[in-house]
Amino acid sequence: MSGMAGGIGTMALGNLLGIEPSLPPRVKRVIFLFQSGGPSQMDLFDHKPELQKIRATELPDSIRQGQRFTGMTATQSNFPVVPSMFNFARHGQSQAWVSDLLPHTAKIVDDLCFIRTMKTEAINHDPAITFFQTGFQLAGRPSIGSWLSYGLGSENKDLPAFIALISGNGGQPLYDRLWGSGFLPSKFQGVKFRSTKDPVLYLSNPEGVDAQTRRRMIDDVAQLNEMRFKEFGDPEIQTRIAQYEMAYRMQSSVPELTDVTSEPDHVFDLYGEDARKPGTYAYNCLMARRMSERGVRFVQLFHRGWDNHTELPEKIRTQCKDTDQASAALVTDLKQRGMLDDTLVVWGGEFGRTVYCQGRLTTDDYGRDHHPRCFTIWMAGGGVKPGFTYGTTDDFSYNTIENPVDVHDLHATILHQLGIDHTQLTYKFQGRHYRLTDVHGNVVKEILS
Amino acid sequence: MSLMLQHPVYRLGICLLGFTITIADGKVDFDQDIRPILSDNCFKCHGPDAAQREADLRLDTRSGLFADLDDYRVVAPGDLEKSELFYRISHENPEERMPPKDADRHLEDSEIALIKSWISEGAIWEQHWSLVPPVRPDTPSVSDARWVNNPIDAFVLARLDLEGLKPSPRADQRILARRIHFDITGLPPTPDDVKRFLNASVKQTAEHLFTSPAYGEKMGIRWLDAARYADTSGYQNDGWREMWRWRDWVIEAYNSNMPFDEFTIHQLAGDLLPKPTMDQLIATGFNRNHRGNAEGGIVPEEFQVEYVVDRVDTTFTIWQGMTMACARCHNHKYDPISQRDYYQLFAMFNNLPENGRAWKEGNSEPWLKAPTRSQEDQLADLKTAESKARKAWDKTRKGLDRTFSSWESQAVDLPENWTVDSGLVFKETGVGLTGQEFEKEGKFGYFDKFSFGARLKVETLKEGTILSRMVPVPEGKGHNLHLTEKGTIQANFVQRWLDDSVKVETLDPIPSGEWVHVFVTYGGTRKASDIKLYINGVSVPHKANYDFLNQNFDSDEPLRIGSGMVDFNGQIDDVRYYDRALTEEEIRVIFETTSLKSILSLSESERSKSQSSKLKHYFLNEGGPAKLTQTYSNWKTARAGLTEFEEAIPTVMVMRDEMPRQTHILKRGIYDQPGDPVEPGVPSSLPPLPDDFPRNRLGLAKWLVSGNNPLTARVAINRIWRDLFGTGLVKTTEDFGVQGERPSHPELLDWLAVEFVESGWDIQHMLTFIVSSNTYQQSSRVDESERARDPENRLLARGPRFRLPAEMIRDQALAASGLLHKQIGGPSVKTYQPDGLWADFASDSNYVLATGNDLYRRSLYTYWKRTVPPPMMTNFDAAGREACDEALRRTNTPLQALNLMNDVTFVEAARVMAQGLLMNIKGDNEILNRAYQQLLGRLPEANEANILLKSKMDYQKRYSDDQVAAKSLISYGEWSVDETISVAELASWTMICSTLLNLDETVTKE
Repeated sequence: MSGMAGGIGTMALGNLLGIEPSLPPRVKRVIFLFQSGGPSQMDLFDHKPELQKIRATELPDSIRQGQRFTGMTATQSNFPVVPSMFNFARHGQSQAWVSDLLPHTAKIVDDLCFIRTMKTEAINHDPAITFFQTGFQLAGRPSIGSWLSYGLGSENKDLPAFIALISGNGGQPLYDRLWGSGFLPSKFQGVKFRSTKDPVLYLSNPEGVDAQTRRRMIDDVAQLNEMRFKEFGDPEIQTRIAQYEMAYRMQSSVPELTDVTSEPDHVFDLYGEDARKPGTYAYNCLMARRMSERGVRFVQLFHRGWDNHTELPEKIRTQCKDTDQASAALVTDLKQRGMLDDTLVVWGGEFGRTVYCQGRLTTDDYGRDHHPRCFTIWMAGGGVKPGFTYGTTDDFSYNTIENPVDVHDLHATILHQLGIDHTQLTYKFQGRHYRLTDVHGNVVKEILS
Repeated sequence: MSLMLQHPVYRLGICLLGFTITIADGKVDFDQDIRPILSDNCFKCHGPDAAQREADLRLDTRSGLFADLDDYRVVAPGDLEKSELFYRISHENPEERMPPKDADRHLEDSEIALIKSWISEGAIWEQHWSLVPPVRPDTPSVSDARWVNNPIDAFVLARLDLEGLKPSPRADQRILARRIHFDITGLPPTPDDVKRFLNASVKQTAEHLFTSPAYGEKMGIRWLDAARYADTSGYQNDGWREMWRWRDWVIEAYNSNMPFDEFTIHQLAGDLLPKPTMDQLIATGFNRNHRGNAEGGIVPEEFQVEYVVDRVDTTFTIWQGMTMACARCHNHKYDPISQRDYYQLFAMFNNLPENGRAWKEGNSEPWLKAPTRSQEDQLADLKTAESKARKAWDKTRKGLDRTFSSWESQAVDLPENWTVDSGLVFKETGVGLTGQEFEKEGKFGYFDKFSFGARLKVETLKEGTILSRMVPVPEGKGHNLHLTEKGTIQANFVQRWLDDSVKVETLDPIPSGEWVHVFVTYGGTRKASDIKLYINGVSVPHKANYDFLNQNFDSDEPLRIGSGMVDFNGQIDDVRYYDRALTEEEIRVIFETTSLKSILSLSESERSKSQSSKLKHYFLNEGGPAKLTQTYSNWKTARAGLTEFEEAIPTVMVMRDEMPRQTHILKRGIYDQPGDPVEPGVPSSLPPLPDDFPRNRLGLAKWLVSGNNPLTARVAINRIWRDLFGTGLVKTTEDFGVQGERPSHPELLDWLAVEFVESGWDIQHMLTFIVSSNTYQQSSRVDESERARDPENRLLARGPRFRLPAEMIRDQALAASGLLHKQIGGPSVKTYQPDGLWADFASDSNYVLATGNDLYRRSLYTYWKRTVPPPMMTNFDAAGREACDEALRRTNTPLQALNLMNDVTFVEAARVMAQGLLMNIKGDNEILNRAYQQLLGRLPEANEANILLKSKMDYQKRYSDDQVAAKSLISYGEWSVDETISVAELASWTMICSTLLNLDETVTKE
């Protein structure tokens, strides 16, 4: 792959690999609001009122069906059922159940498509999040965003095709490979924007080097490189000249992108005042909209702190307070700008949480362990049915009764909406034609409008 | 179309992707032309994997391909009509045609035509090339014998002759000097090096460079990539580990030109050699470089399997160029590797006493203490000193009883409240201690050694917390000393009660109604075996309630006396903490309340054991004759010095077959789905393991380098070739299987492989041989039409030109600026990276920058955190180090431009380079000349100098006008600024040097 030109992870790739979008694309871009740690589905969306009656009774074996425990609860002596302590109500025309924890999300349910029956294979964070990001539990494969970057390229020559944004403290650690390019060339990796002075690493000139000096230096480098090109004829040299130009442009396009002071006040009313503060989830949501406006193909937010093994009621309140308004605002904002039609927004984490209590169960406190068999995500925008709920779980929010959706299916569906047949987006590595969906995945047609 | 096919030029067109040789007679070659088509399109359903095989048809074996199907055959040589294969692939009806219409892959017309020709020509079948052992081919005759410096050139030129191409002229001497230096030492030549090169042969230069330790470092780094070396354990916790002793072994092995067969055997099976040396044991760290999962809640068995899988995959990728991973779950779809083959190899790597749940911080078992050579020397000295001191003490001790008796008889002025003071950091006595809190006391972590305890008295046995520095809830985080309702004593050190803690408990209850002294020592190793409980000065047996503490237990809670989990119902007195693990003798002393004077007044037979101990302890340490206490103290000091030194010796994880496991085939590769048991063995498609080879890793290692293995030498020499030329003779370095690319020069590859083995696996011999060839020494200049003809330079009609790998770009900047600190080996160093990078992610968020010279070490010493690798390395395509990664990537991105322009590493290097130039040279022209020589080994052309000197003048003006800006620029980095140089001058030359560091030529090997 050496010698490929193009932007940061950008390239008009179709022609490179002969991948033309095989289907008419329904959306141009994806915003993935990843809720890292595994939000508790039965405290947020998957309403199970019957559980109140059997509170603190042992989880029946007929429900558990041999599901393995994580090492954290395997040594626990009992597994008492714990219903959510939060109230649920139906909202909107679609009458979707949402708990009191999410008042803003509750207002936009008619724009959302809920999947209550997501499932995964992994029960621990590292394999589960790696699976969600790359379609495989072990590190080494390209992330979904880098597959898209490789498959579709960027719509903006001054910005990367795939950007990752992080918020939330103290949760499970995140790592570069979650937006890495695996065996794809590194130009397709996600570029993590940071909430510091340099949103992109090494973006700013050293103090004492102003834009004019930088311009002069880049011009010199270009001239000297051009001479070398005349002598050696290596097209890599010309690519390098172009990349220095792109770097120079990024030095103004990125600060312009990340500076939200030009946004009017009503935007902050919508997203919340936190959106003024770099590093918050709200700021990142606003950033996702600004990036989408500028043609970034895949924006992925990672918000940590959903891993509520203990003190769930207290912790989940904080999580929801930090994320609810901005998540809803993003959908509303995109809709108001006419962008929701060609943007797909996905909200969800790497797994769900158990109906049984982890640790001590008291009247106002409980914890929940990791649960892979069913959990809720939502999608909004281009091509998915608004005001729709898909999949049914059992009374314990433990097993799927109908319409399971696994991670490969979700990937296949996201690609499908971008006009890519997931079986055709391949990359040959170590003698194999790899896919994001490995040898699995079915487009969930039922949720598509 | 089939007519045209016989035309060689057309053939070349077809072969551009596969890059095959056009055979002179124009016949289709099965292995080079046909098998790749069948493999890529058909093997998935008609290949080695029986489980996936459709219609009982297999095309990957000779018998399958020519199978007789009654009326017709799969392939009937020379008879298209009777060949079902051709019938099906060329069928007009899409429903009948193969591959099926819904398959991922479809045949091109040109591919169908090739198969047609092959069948028509008689369908000669051949084994896959890489499984046929190499034999040294004759060197071909060529158009220009004068160009042939050694057989490499003959093979290359023969191919060029065939293509009607000519080799390029020799590269400029200065460019060649730089090329060779990078290829052998990974560093640019100094101006003196260039001078030396101009007066020496290439061979002499190579041999000279092999004597530089930089050679081992250069060779080492690619090996580290392949071996997935890192300084942390990966997965989500990604805590530190210590494998640098293995890394240094690699450097040393290269520097001593260890033959590749030994290099192989030591790393794969050094521990199984008879009487292995320390170095041979360290070498086996190779197969412990895989990641280790410390995440709470994992199922250990699941990850133990992953570690073995990683060892199999890595070993086979590196030594056999075979991607085994597929065969973990099912028979390989393309290569002749069955799932059974896979688990036979698995069985060889499955016998370690290892836990699937790794330690979050530090090395996971098995590991060994691996002193460096200088530490071994120091250790020997300390041992001698200790033994000398011990002998002196032994001598003194001979008359000890007598001395003691005579001392006893005349002892006076014994101290009143004598106790063990050394290390005492907290002591509270008196009534009313229960319920008190102390904010800062007793704060220890899980790598600390400490001791603590108290006296207590309860009227009835009732649960209660004696001491705690723990979140005051049941099962909180922290450490405590706890009385159970049964009357036993617990010491709990807890991160998470159920699955991340070490918790011990005495077996017998303490008595009620009397004072009891309870003391604990914690030895700083996180393990129950290292915790001791003492009741009334006597060590008592205990059981471990849980014994896996993987995270620190220190908490911000205060030290509470008599409360925490459950309030204590009784009296507590004499609470103590020591910042070391006390000995039993010492604990007896602190338990014993009788004063020395009172003890002395008792006759020997009247004294309790602890009373005798206390008196004797006082005598030995303080009270006895000065000569005696001095001798005793000398010995104790020597012993402590030795222990301290031994504890600081670095460790390294190693292979050790101490826990033989019966290996089973794992159905679908899943850890808890065992199938048939298997015994250790090698894949059946490769030569068998000789009878006299052991059925273990040692047998495997010997088999790999026995000379009969068709792959080992080819794969190894191909890697060397790749490093020099940018692309291997087999482009897919990691895949020599049927799905891999075929060699561009198969005969050359075989010739080199045989030469490698026959040279005694001599790596330096091979390097010398390659760099001495004219092929290597060609200029990399290329005109448009030549480039279009062969854009990737697979035909080798010119020299290599490609961007330097990440570490060489940084090392070059350090070397050219004079910053490079050439210390070999040692712990990895944390060099510059943007602030807060770890804080965004990792659990150990605090990145402590190295100081002094450690900032300027070669990049293979840069601390590699798997989940947040050094960003400069990632930007320039360094391997990820998560798993074995041999595939080479070389991108060209704006992030790289920003990195070179703005990273403090390069800004500082530019400034220090400028500083060095300005201190030694006068005159802008001369300074620029020298800068070019230092960095690029040449002088600037006139037009280059014009551009840069003009800019320098302008920068000078700008920075004279804005001294603040100038000062800011030159203050980047830790290296001190030379105050004698004009600030504007230094800043403007910094810009020029930065310009040079950003040139394409600079970051490229030409």
